[in-house]
Amino acid sequence: MKADPRGVLTGAHYMDGDHACCEGAIAAGCRFVAGYPITPSTEVVERIAQRFPRVGDGVFIQMEDEIASSIAIQGAVWGGKKAMTVTSGPGFSLMMEHIGLAAIVEAPCVFVDVQRGGPSTGLPTLPGQADMMQARWGSHGDYEIIAVCPNSPQESFDLTFLAFNLAEKYRVPVMVMLDECVGHMHERVVIPPAEQLDVVERKWTDQKPGQYKPYEVTDKSMVPAMCKAGDGYRIHITGLTHDERGYPVMNWQAQEKLIHRIVNKIRLNADEITRFEETDVEDKQGNVADVVVVAYGITSRVAMRGIELARAKGVKVGLHRPTVIWPFPEKRIRQLAQKAKAIVVVEMNYGQMYYEVERLAAGKCQTRLLGHGGGTVHDPQTICDAIVEVSR
Amino acid sequence: MSDDAAKSLTRDVFATKPATATNPVDPYLRMDRMPSIWCGGCGIGTTVNCFTRALTECGLDLDKVAIVSGIGCTGRVAGYLNLDSFHTTHGRPIPFATGLKLANPELKVVVYSGDGDLFAIGGNHFIHAARRNIDLVVICVNNHTYGMTGGQVTPTTPEPAIASTTPYGAFEFPFNLPYLADSCGAVYVARWTTYHVRQIARSMKEALSKRGFSFIEVISPCPTLYARRNKLGDGLDAMKYYQEKSVIKHGAATSEVGIGFQGEIVCGKFIDRERETWIEAYDRRHEVALGAKFTPYPTGLVDAKKE
Repeated sequence: MKADPRGVLTGAHYMDGDHACCEGAIAAGCRFVAGYPITPSTEVVERIAQRFPRVGDGVFIQMEDEIASSIAIQGAVWGGKKAMTVTSGPGFSLMMEHIGLAAIVEAPCVFVDVQRGGPSTGLPTLPGQADMMQARWGSHGDYEIIAVCPNSPQESFDLTFLAFNLAEKYRVPVMVMLDECVGHMHERVVIPPAEQLDVVERKWTDQKPGQYKPYEVTDKSMVPAMCKAGDGYRIHITGLTHDERGYPVMNWQAQEKLIHRIVNKIRLNADEITRFEETDVEDKQGNVADVVVVAYGITSRVAMRGIELARAKGVKVGLHRPTVIWPFPEKRIRQLAQKAKAIVVVEMNYGQMYYEVERLAAGKCQTRLLGHGGGTVHDPQTICDAIVEVSR
Repeated sequence: MSDDAAKSLTRDVFATKPATATNPVDPYLRMDRMPSIWCGGCGIGTTVNCFTRALTECGLDLDKVAIVSGIGCTGRVAGYLNLDSFHTTHGRPIPFATGLKLANPELKVVVYSGDGDLFAIGGNHFIHAARRNIDLVVICVNNHTYGMTGGQVTPTTPEPAIASTTPYGAFEFPFNLPYLADSCGAVYVARWTTYHVRQIARSMKEALSKRGFSFIEVISPCPTLYARRNKLGDGLDAMKYYQEKSVIKHGAATSEVGIGFQGEIVCGKFIDRERETWIEAYDRRHEVALGAKFTPYPTGLVDAKKE
């Protein structure tokens, strides 16, 4: 279905990535946001607080902490809203509990993490990309999530919008992994007319109360249909391992059945979910560059400058940039490792997505991490130097 | 006893029940989940019985009543009631319920959980929801212990009660829950023991009819852990204690109703007042600030009046 025009701020704007994230959420139909102030994400909820009363059917509440925010949105999901919470590293750590809850009860919702330097309070006003593995693995137990990673305010709009659609389609928590630079960077953002925005509506059940089972999968999608509280279904939803009725069952068989499904509904659809963009990685004849740089978020833009410098020195080098970064583009990285001489991973951390690349390359090509602890973007010259070095 | 013998004994017990007998509570329960996990002599089931009576009497459309629990013995209440029911994470039923209520204001949302869940790990959420006057009914079954995990000390355990983590007796100052709820702005505050079944049901009915943050504390026995460790006898002994040591003082100053070890339990309705709910305040403020540009958010008030 098409986006509700009341929530779509159609036109060309000059705004930062945080505000663009807010607009992407509202355009996608988000009508409940709970949050707690934290730099550098606060601008998202500030704008939500300003926009929702004018949009109409949305409500924002500033909760007492990030734990409360991350579960208030889950209450809102079962109340029938599309919901989001917004934070940065320290708050993201507090939210892990409810990423797990959202995963096991299959509550579609969106968590925005505007990454700063960590660990702990770290660098509140300066960028980092060291929450990437936390987004994937931060809550205990086995589960899958989806994460998107924009590198501009425009993409912050586009990918936040996409995050809501993916959350609804697969009934998973989806992370929007901004970084401080993208969050605070002002650029042109073009928001299309509502009729050009395709919104994925919640997969509501068409069964009647009494027949409906909250976790019964009736099609090939592995995603059960939902209902909301108040519609007469008298559902029971629990964070315990549960059967198709939603009732707790404490044995390994029930565990295996549930975990198998919530993991595989993402893993088996990974090729469809994951997205990436490439610049000069592969030509029309299928020749792959000698060196492939893998970078995401703000780092991908800095890496592009490093690539230009290396190219001036005669190196054949391209950029692979995941935009839907979890599930990771495994198939593509495996292909590239077969053909490239080396893959250089540039990220603002001491090695996170690098280990995915190293695992997938499986020794087929050289892999190189160019990381640092955050607080500033890379120096393009060091990226260039690394590219030149591995190309020899 | 062999398994077969146990099965035949079970059959005998049910066979003695007249075929036509139904418990008036049954329609409110998920009978396919019975029996419950609760121990003999536990008071939680008693409070659930009272709650179903309150539901009958208050005349609410049960399709519009949702129940939210945290984790623990009382946290299992949501799983047994035949309502839209949510068994959430430890300490978090109140913020979950906040999101549920704000997303769908026509729901009557009840939080049903224990003293450890609501006041230790969840204490911060309780005080803020009361301050905001989120339209919720919060029922706390207070048995002064963490039953599910084996009887540890909680924020309400009085000195010198023995708990598994206070083997030489509790020594921290316990919360006086009605005083806490009162001071944070709850619009309805009552306390009973599981001896006071009619009064509990009446208070629950009143709370379900209120708009705003209502709080009911029910003092309840845990014969398996709290009572056993403290040599307080069984469930019946708890009833005798409640009968002898409870004093009904409606309107009592909540600052005066703290509970000592096996001491006097002041019961009654302490607070019953009106205050603007969160959504009402949200609408009022934005109407003042934005005028016609603001579309009021539904409060659920119209639906409540119809009922």
